[in-house]
Amino acid sequence: MSAILIDRRLAIGGLLGFVALSGAAASEAIPAEVAAAIREKVGAAEASEGGITLKVPETAENGAFVPVTVTVHSAMRSEDRCTAIHLFATRNPTPGVASYQLGAGLARAEVSARIRLAEGQVLLAYARMADGSVRRAAARVAVSTGGCLT
Amino acid sequence: MSTPRIRMPASAKAGEPIEIRTLIDHPMETGLRQQGGQTVPRKMIVRFEALADGELLFAADFRNGTSANPYLAFIARFEKTTALTFVWREEDGREYRATQRISVS
Repeated sequence: MSAILIDRRLAIGGLLGFVALSGAAASEAIPAEVAAAIREKVGAAEASEGGITLKVPETAENGAFVPVTVTVHSAMRSEDRCTAIHLFATRNPTPGVASYQLGAGLARAEVSARIRLAEGQVLLAYARMADGSVRRAAARVAVSTGGCLT
Repeated sequence: MSTPRIRMPASAKAGEPIEIRTLIDHPMETGLRQQGGQTVPRKMIVRFEALADGELLFAADFRNGTSANPYLAFIARFEKTTALTFVWREEDGREYRATQRISVS
């Protein structure tokens, strides 16, 4: 089931073309379906690298529970405030992981969660700042046992 | 089942960064999983909200990639003693709630 879904998604990505990501862990192409999910949640604003850290294990033993921490370098005051963080998986059956909304009462722009990864892949984090700018980080995770459909 | 758990200090100094850790027991079924040739029906918490004296402090929209028993940790600051409410909402509208109070000196 998962193999069929992933194959179909890659086929769609192949037809529509891939959006290239710049930067270290993310010199990898983003499948078109993932790019569409990102556009829907984050918008069309150009994302800059830097000012955001995505912490995940290099190898996750169990893809059903992968610890992840996103830290946005922000004092959480006025224009510099981070208002939202979005997480996307590039090779899950569905790309959406979660969106986090950060209120003015937070001391830091830092969120820790546990996520599901069907297989080894690149994870993407986007942060929206109060001034409308968008930051992005990517990290590659190897997965020993896939977590989505088990 | 679906018991919420909150870990946070009972008291803090004004403006001090406080970590709030939340967890709820929940299968977070995506409706994609197969068991014995049958599809396990979808049952998802899609929204989490933390409210401080009724104001939104932190919220999460969960999609399929969020693990079962969703765990979240975030870091808040309080200038005064605050009543916190935590709400987890399933897709069909069912809600689970927890409350906590932090004394601020």
